This record gives sequence, structure tokens and C-alpha cells, in this order.
Amino acid sequence: MSISLLLLIIAVIGVAGYLFGSWRANALAGGKLSSLHSRPGYYGSFVAIWSVLPALVVMLVWIIASPIYISSTVRGGFPEEVKATSQAEQNLAYNMIGAISRGLNTLSAEEREAMFADSATARTVLAAKGVPLAADPAPYMLTSADDLNRMTKASGTFLSILVIVAALAGAFVSYRAIAPKFRARNRVEGVMLVSLIAASSIAILTTVGIVASMATEAIHFFNMVPAWEFFFGTTWDPRFAAAGATASSGQFGLIPLLAGTLYIGFVAMLVAVPVGLFAAIYMSEYASRTVRSVAKPLLEVLAGIPTIVYGFFALITVGPFLRDISAQLNGLVTGNYASFIQAQSVLTAGIVMGIMLIPYVSSLSDDIITAVPRALRDGSLGLGATRSETIKRVIMPAALPGIVGALLMTASRAIGETMIVVLAAGVAARMQLNPFEPMTTVTVKIVNQLTGDLEFTSPQTLVAFALGITLFVITLCLNIYALYIVRKYREQYE
Amino acid sequence: MSQVSTSPALGIATKPERRDIGLRRRYAAERRFRLYGMAAIAFGLLFLFLLLFSVVSKGYTAFQQTMITIPIEFSEQIIDKNNERATNPQKLVTANYPVVARNALAKVLGVSEDDRAGLKAVNGMISDSVRVQLRNLVTADPSIIGTTQTVTVLAHGDLDSAFKGQIDLTVPETNRKVSDKQVGWMNQLAESGALSKHFNTGLFTNGASSRPEAAGVGVALIGSLYMMLIVLVLSLPIGVAASIYLEEFAPKNRFTDLIEVNINNLAAVPSIVYGLLGLAVFINFAGFPRSAALVGGLVLTLMTLPTIIIATRAALKAVPPSIRAAALGLGASRMQTVFHHVLPLAMPGILTGTIIGLAHALGETAPLLLIGMVAFVADVPATPMDPATALPVQIYMWANEAERAFVERTSGAIIVLLIFLILMNVGAILLRRRFERRW
Amino acid sequence: MNMMSEAAVEKALDRQMNDISYKMIGKDVSVYYGEKRALYDVNLNVRENTVTALIGPSGCGKSTFLRTLNRMNDTIDGCRVTGRITLDSDDIYDPNIDVVELRARVGMVFQKPNPFPKSIYENVAYGPRIHGLAKAKADMDAIVEQSLQKAGLWNEVKDRLHEGGTGLSGGQQQRLCIARAVAVSPEVILMDEPCSALDPIATAKVEELIHELRANFTIVIVTHSMQQAARVSQRTAMFHLGNLVEENDTDKMFTNPDDQRTQDYIMGRFG
Repeated sequence: MSISLLLLIIAVIGVAGYLFGSWRANALAGGKLSSLHSRPGYYGSFVAIWSVLPALVVMLVWIIASPIYISSTVRGGFPEEVKATSQAEQNLAYNMIGAISRGLNTLSAEEREAMFADSATARTVLAAKGVPLAADPAPYMLTSADDLNRMTKASGTFLSILVIVAALAGAFVSYRAIAPKFRARNRVEGVMLVSLIAASSIAILTTVGIVASMATEAIHFFNMVPAWEFFFGTTWDPRFAAAGATASSGQFGLIPLLAGTLYIGFVAMLVAVPVGLFAAIYMSEYASRTVRSVAKPLLEVLAGIPTIVYGFFALITVGPFLRDISAQLNGLVTGNYASFIQAQSVLTAGIVMGIMLIPYVSSLSDDIITAVPRALRDGSLGLGATRSETIKRVIMPAALPGIVGALLMTASRAIGETMIVVLAAGVAARMQLNPFEPMTTVTVKIVNQLTGDLEFTSPQTLVAFALGITLFVITLCLNIYALYIVRKYREQYE
Repeated sequence: MSQVSTSPALGIATKPERRDIGLRRRYAAERRFRLYGMAAIAFGLLFLFLLLFSVVSKGYTAFQQTMITIPIEFSEQIIDKNNERATNPQKLVTANYPVVARNALAKVLGVSEDDRAGLKAVNGMISDSVRVQLRNLVTADPSIIGTTQTVTVLAHGDLDSAFKGQIDLTVPETNRKVSDKQVGWMNQLAESGALSKHFNTGLFTNGASSRPEAAGVGVALIGSLYMMLIVLVLSLPIGVAASIYLEEFAPKNRFTDLIEVNINNLAAVPSIVYGLLGLAVFINFAGFPRSAALVGGLVLTLMTLPTIIIATRAALKAVPPSIRAAALGLGASRMQTVFHHVLPLAMPGILTGTIIGLAHALGETAPLLLIGMVAFVADVPATPMDPATALPVQIYMWANEAERAFVERTSGAIIVLLIFLILMNVGAILLRRRFERRW
Repeated sequence: MNMMSEAAVEKALDRQMNDISYKMIGKDVSVYYGEKRALYDVNLNVRENTVTALIGPSGCGKSTFLRTLNRMNDTIDGCRVTGRITLDSDDIYDPNIDVVELRARVGMVFQKPNPFPKSIYENVAYGPRIHGLAKAKADMDAIVEQSLQKAGLWNEVKDRLHEGGTGLSGGQQQRLCIARAVAVSPEVILMDEPCSALDPIATAKVEELIHELRANFTIVIVTHSMQQAARVSQRTAMFHLGNLVEENDTDKMFTNPDDQRTQDYIMGRFG
């Protein structure tokens, strides 16, 4: 029985439970609803919850547990010589058994007979059914696959029975519990509260998931490559090892990637901070209502444009433009029309990322600036200060901590930005200071290492997780500190 | 009346000597400062318009495609010389359809069947996608073999570019992809009406293709649609539930503080980190298929949740406490108060936040690259478990293609993406306007 | 210039009584906030070196009128002023009049103490600094000291001039704001309910200060406390629903007002 059918059955039992529960409550009340503790619907919901919830829990546990049990049984049945091989090879064998078992289900009885008689034909037979195998299977694999199929089927049947029984039992028990004085509403609300709490702990789970998953993989990586070589290495040259080679050939130095990340981020901030700040000041202090109502949303459109679009813009428009203009400049000065800015460069990526960050800087600082109490503004204007004097000497100093916080948040965005640098910064991991040359970043390398074939055993793949956790920690620190500053700042004016 | 107006003025105070308070200099500084502000805004807007202009000017032509309508003779000689299609259905699949199309065009253009160079040039005018197109026609109805049908086929990508005027014809012939002869034919066909631009439905229905003229965002649209549905179905209830707990029930203690800080930080975690999470947890650990819309949807859900929670909490906070007090005062439980009174009032704000969160998720690329959605997927995914791509990922893949026609496609896809985003945001704004409440 | 002796103050007051001249003249002043009219053709003259109190129930337009006197209304979106207000003989709404210069001549103290988040010294030095009133550091020191003395705050803060102004008590903060306004040497000081956020002791100190400042400055004060108006002012103007009801000598106003509404208000019948 398929999972979706099973879910449907549970749902039907649940609905039926709801209806019966409500009817029974109504019947008990005998037309006097006030004799009930709760409205009939709550009794219905109570029964429904008890029908559905235990059944779902049973189902979930079974779905997680049974494949693990089956897999260990099948592996336990491997011939001794296979058990002696490495874990990776056993995994490979198990994967093949899985494929064969899928293929077996498509075969007719005669085809099966024939295949079991001669395991050498298995590969061609199964390929014809659309199940490609990497190699000719060993004879034990066919029986294992058969076992696997049998167990899976048995497990499915058992699961169906178990779940339906659980649902019916839950419905029955809870239905019997209904009585006029029974506090159904409190029970139902208790369940609701628990589910609300569960939903809000997803935030925690996500963080735990991020840290745990990345840390595990990163630790695998650090088992292969010493941590200090990663954190203090100045050469990035992962050199994809040929299949089968296990040596951790290649160097995984973080420093050049970090240098590129920070350099590009710095150029971006160089563009975004003055523009964003002045835009925010103009919006909050000068602009008339009409100007603000037009210009502010338009600037915020910049924040709504996906970063891939910025990346494309950098790649197709800004990069070539900078390259051509540098060629023209060079030609005018030296007569040699060679461009000194490359199309993919720190400058290209930095400028475009800076444009992307303008709305972040401006809307964050706009909030901060408007949080400066009007009284300070009036105090300064009342003394005969011009607007700009008020801004420069009173508002900005007062808003400074908040603005620093806002800029830190923006910087963390610049560091974590991916698509612009993937398309516009280049892939060469170099350490140099020329902004006209390409450099690469942590995020670019994460993407590079993880697109294409993945092998969770090779340092070339796992290094991405070490990079990821580095990135995560850096941005997390920036953000926590920024949030702390901004919160302090807001409290000051509340 | 007041006294002042009836009593005569008794004299005006003498004006003290005027002080020099540097007004000229200060007003100059004021003007400069103001100018910086305007320049900053102008700079931002300039780039916004440059960006949009650059995309639209390169991409609007992608919505039209050059096609050639010609009578094609489905010659039995070429398709199935030995008449074995009854016994070998494979024959119709592997037949050399491009030659069928080439010959048909050659006939229209009056190129002799012996002029090999001429035939090659003619062949270069038709898209390779003609193979699939004609094959589908024939396998659907084998009886057309031997007849002549009028068929509209895609022009080759280079010819399409030339017809749209995107190829500089003053460049020496050897340096461009379209020869003078082909241009001549093109003009000839255009004059006779056989070659013309049609609305490019293929852009919206086709999947990935290495031929720009046959490539489309169909698969990507479906993939994105699946993901958006998953994000909506998961993140809206979970986000609302979490916000209700945090805003209405949670006691002020260290645990809820921790959740608070957590959510704020999750909202600022770089999106690529979510990709790593998805790869490690959903694909490597839980064994979900790579490239599947399901995994993409889950990753984007986790990424969108903090945004939705923050928006929902703001919306709940905006409901005045007097509403809660009124409901509680009538004997409603806290749960009833929240679900019957507070939540409906906060709904417009919640939906606005959700739409904006969805719009962000729709444009997100980086995490999808890591979970393998950079795949060459030509077939429309039937379920969220099948390999799919997403609109922004499709844009990324096309952006990496070198051909000129792909730049047009990429820009076209960006226009499609931006239109979706604009629609979503306008929807959010309208929703906010429509239901905005002033307490 | 040091603190004025009691005798000097009295002398100055006598001079006022005998030789009245108007520092500011408001003629047919109306104020609109967008469509809403807040002030109806107010005619009110402000005498030089006199404390003029503006009283009336909340929302009567007294603060609005005060803010027209140094054009602080300009900072409010959609606010429009008609009529004519002169300072000495200059129409302050004349396009040729510079608002910065005007505010340097007509200073303002606000309802809530609003010291800048800077040191005490910098708070007082702020005005002179932006207007370039002190050429050297010594000049600035002198201005700061004098202003703080005039505000009666010098002895309390002279040892901690470089500590933050926000660390002072509410009353001290308000006197710091008065010192800040005084430091620019304005001709008129506008005070918008300067004591409403202060406790009685601090209020008494500020009232005393107002009394002393009168010798050098023309003061217009908005107050919601009639006792305060009676204590600090020589002239009182009563506003009601955007109209000027009556303007008179304070003594007369509180003993024998001309207008029935004034009488009612003073007797506490409304407001």
C-alpha cells in the first residue's frame, strides 16, 4: 500500500473521528449545549487528533527505522569476502543491489527465472528495462536483491496494518473518553500549543542543522588536510584528484580566497556606503513627501532584483564597459589601445555588488536616522543651524553607533554574496592588490567545488564545507555584533 | 477684540547691529551637501535604469523567434528507403529529418541538389531542432510520409540574430556566422513571406537545449513553480505558528530569547550556507535525489522562514492589545482569542510578508546550484522528485554560454523572472493598501 | 558680562515700564496645517525685555503661535503661515529674510529638555561654533562660562564640563538648553512649556532664571500653568480655539480680565 494511500486512510479516519466525536458530544448534551464543558467541535477535534497523531508518529518511526533495519540485515547477509572489503566498496555493492531490486520488480516471472539461472545476463536484461548497472553483478547480489524486495514488501504491509490499527485504536479510546465534564478544549489547545512550540523550534533546528552538518563534513576535511594548512595556507590549488586516487593532492589555502572576498567587499562598500548614506540622509531630511514616495520605492527595487541579474549585468554590461573604457583611456594616454581593466575583475564585481548594497545601506540607515528624536533636530534648528549643520553635527554623531551596526550588517551581506562574484569576479585564486585584475572569493569556490560530480570522501568536495563554516562564522559574528549595537542604540532613544 | 489692536503702537525696538554669522559660506555648504544627497539618489536610480535598460534592450527580442514556413516533402526515399517501418519502428525515430528540411528549403531557394556548398549553407539556416519537430510529426502520423506538408520550422539561431539585426553585416564575411549568401536568401524568404518573426512560445515551453533557438524556460518555470508551492505550503503555516507562539504565548525567558536571536541571525545567514545545509542534510544524509525541486523547495523554505516569521510577528504586534483584552474579557481562551480575533486581523500583513518572502525565494540562485539544480534538463518534470531547474538557475546556466543568441535568451528569461517578481510585489502592495487598517 | 545684580534687574524693569517698545509684532497671523486651520488672524505684539506668557487650554494654538515667531513651523510638512510678523522692523516671512539668521536672533527652548548627546561644553558651544561667534578657544571658553552662569548652571557643572550633557538631571538639562540658547546671544528667547517635564524644585529654579534673563532678553513663554504665568510674566495673552482672546498686563489679566472666557479659564471652568 503506498504511503499516500495510507495517509488518505488516516485522514478519512480522522474526519470520521471528528464527525463521530461531535455527534456524540451533541447527543450527550441533549440539546443543552451549556451542559458540555466545551463546544462539540472540540470533542470532535479531540477524537480527530487522537486518530491521526499516533498513527502519524508510528508511520514516521517505521519509515525511518525499517530501511535501516533492512539495510543492515541485507549487509549482514553478504558473503564473508565481501564483508572484508572497505566500507566504500560495500556501499557500492549495496547500491547495486538496490538497483537490481528495482529492476527485478519490472521483470516477468520467466525473465526472472532466466536471469537467476545466469547472473551474467542480468546487466543486459535490466538495461533493457531502463535500469543501467555499472558492472556485471555477482551472483549473491541477485539473491540479496530478492531478499531486499521481499523485506521491503513485508515491511510495507506491516506498516499499513500497524498504522491503521493505531489510528482506529486512537479514535476508539478518545471516543470513549467523551463525557459532558470532559475538558476537550483544554486538551485540544494543549496539542495546539505543543505544535506551535514545535514550529518555533524549527529556527533552532535550522541553526543546529547548519552548524552540525557543516561541522561534521568540515571535520572530515580536517582529518585529511590539517586545519592550519587550511586557515593559514596561502595557495589555493585543490587539483581534482583522478578517480580512485585517494591522496589529498592539492593545497587548500584559505587566505587568497579570504583576501579576494574582503577586497571585493571593500570595493563594494566603497561604492555603497557614501551613496547609500547620502541617499538616506536626503530621503529622511530633505526630500519632499512626493519625491520620497517615488524615489524610495524605486531605490528599494534595487534590493528586490535577484543577485543573478546583477551578476549577468556585471558580466554582459559593466565588465565589458570597464574593459573598453580602460582601453580607450590607455590609448589616449599612451597610444596603446590595450585594456588594463579585465572584464572579470575586483572592480567589476565590487562596483556591481556596491550597487546592489545601496538600498540595504540606505534603508537601514534611514531607519536609524529617523530614530533620532525630533527634539534634537528641533533643538539644533532652533539655534539657527542649517539643515546640513544639524545633520553633520547633531544627527550623524547621535546616529553613529546605529549606522555602524547597519554597515556591519551590509558588510556581512557583501561577504556572503555569491552570484555576482561567481559571474563577475573570476575564478583565479590570487593574492594581489590590483583591483583591475580578477580575484576569487570564498563563495565562488564553494560553488566551484560543489558543482559537478560530488564525492563525499574527497577533500576537494569537503573543503566546501570548511569554507562554508568559515563564511558562516564570519557573517554570524558580524551580525550578532551589529544586532547588539543596533539594539543598544534603539534602547537609548526609547 | 484684543487690546493690541485698539491701543496705538508705542514704537518699535531699535534693531541691534547685524552680526556676521557666515551665511554665504554656510549656505554654500548647505547646497553642496544637498547636492551630494541628490547625486547619490540619482546614481542609484541611474544604475537601476541602466540595469533594466540593459536587460530589456538585449532581451525583448527573445519573445519573438524567426521561423520559416515552407512546404516540406516527407520523402520516403530519405525517411524510410527500404520501407521497413512496419517491422522496425525505430526507423522513423532515427531517420535523417534535417535532410528532409534542408532539401525542402533548398527547393524553395532554387539550390541544386548537387551544390554541396550551397546545401551546407541552406542547412545552416535551419535549426537543428527540426529533427525532433519533424520526427514528432511523422511518428504521430506515419501516413504523411510521401506527402508534402506546409510546416513552420525554427530558423537557425544565427539567422535569427541576423534577421533581428543583431549581427553587424559590415563585418567581413569570414568573421561572422552568417554568410552573405544566407543573408540574401533570408531577405528573399522574408520578402515572399516564408520567413517571419512569430511570438516565441517555445521560450515558455521548451526545456534546456544546446541550440539557443530551441532553448526555453519551460522546465525552469515548472521547477520554480514546484518550489514556490513547497515553500508556500511549508513556510506559511510553520512561520505563522512559530510567530504566534513567540508573540502571543512564549514566556520571556532565555529559551525564547535564544529563538529570537536565532531567527534574526538566520535571516542574515548567506543563502549559500543554506545550500550547503541542503546538500549535507537532505541529499547526503536523508538521501533525497539531487536536482529535485523537492530539495530546492525545502532549502528555500528554511531560507524564507525567518523572513516570514519576522513579518508575521510585526503584523501580530500591530494588532492592538485592546482586541485581545476584549476577547479574553468575554471568556474566550487565549487560543481562541488568537485564532478568532488576532490572526484574522493580522492576515493582510502576514500575507504581504509571505509574498515578499516568496519573491526573494523565487530569485534565489546560489543554494540551488549546490543541490545540483544546475542540470541539463530537457523534459518537463512530472513530480517534484524529478530533476528540474529553476528560473534563476536557468539564467545562470545561459549566462555562461558563449553564443550571442544565448545573451538574448538570458535577458529574455530575466525579463520573465522580473515580471513575476513585479507581479508578486505589486500584489503585496495592493494587498497592503486594500486591507491596511488604522487603529 | 556677569550675572546682573538685583538692582540692575529692577532698573531694567523700570525702564521697560516707562519706555515701551515692541520687539515683535504679529498682525493677522493665521496658520494652516494642510487643510486644517490652527490659528485665526492673531494680532499680538511682544514687548522688548518683557516676559510675555501665552496661556490657554491645550490645542488652543499657543504653541503654534510661538513657533511662528522663529519659523520653526517651516520644519513641519504642510504648514502654512499667512499674515505678517516683524522682528524689529523686518518681516520675518519676507523671502529676503534668512531663516538661519532669524533663528540666531530668536532662540528657542523646548518643552522637553533636549541636550545633544555631546559634552556639556560642546552643547553650549554648539551655537556659537556654527555661527562662528568665537574666533579663538579662549573666546569660546568665555562664552560657555557666561552662558552657563546666566543659566545658573555654572557652579553645578564647572568641574565636569566635558561630561555628557544627557547625564544631568532633568532640571539641569533644561537649564543647559537655556544656556545653549543664550550662548548665541539672541534677542528673543521663545520657551515652549519649559517646565512641563520638570519637578517643582527644578521648575522654581527655571522660573527664577527666566526672571533674571528678562533684563537682557525678550522672552515669550508658553505655559499651561496659570500660576507660572502669573509668577514669571509681565504680559499675558490668552488663546482659545485658535483665537487670541485677550492680551493684557499679567496683573490685570489675573485679577480683572476683560473677556468672559479668560475669566472662566482662570477660574478653572474649562481647559
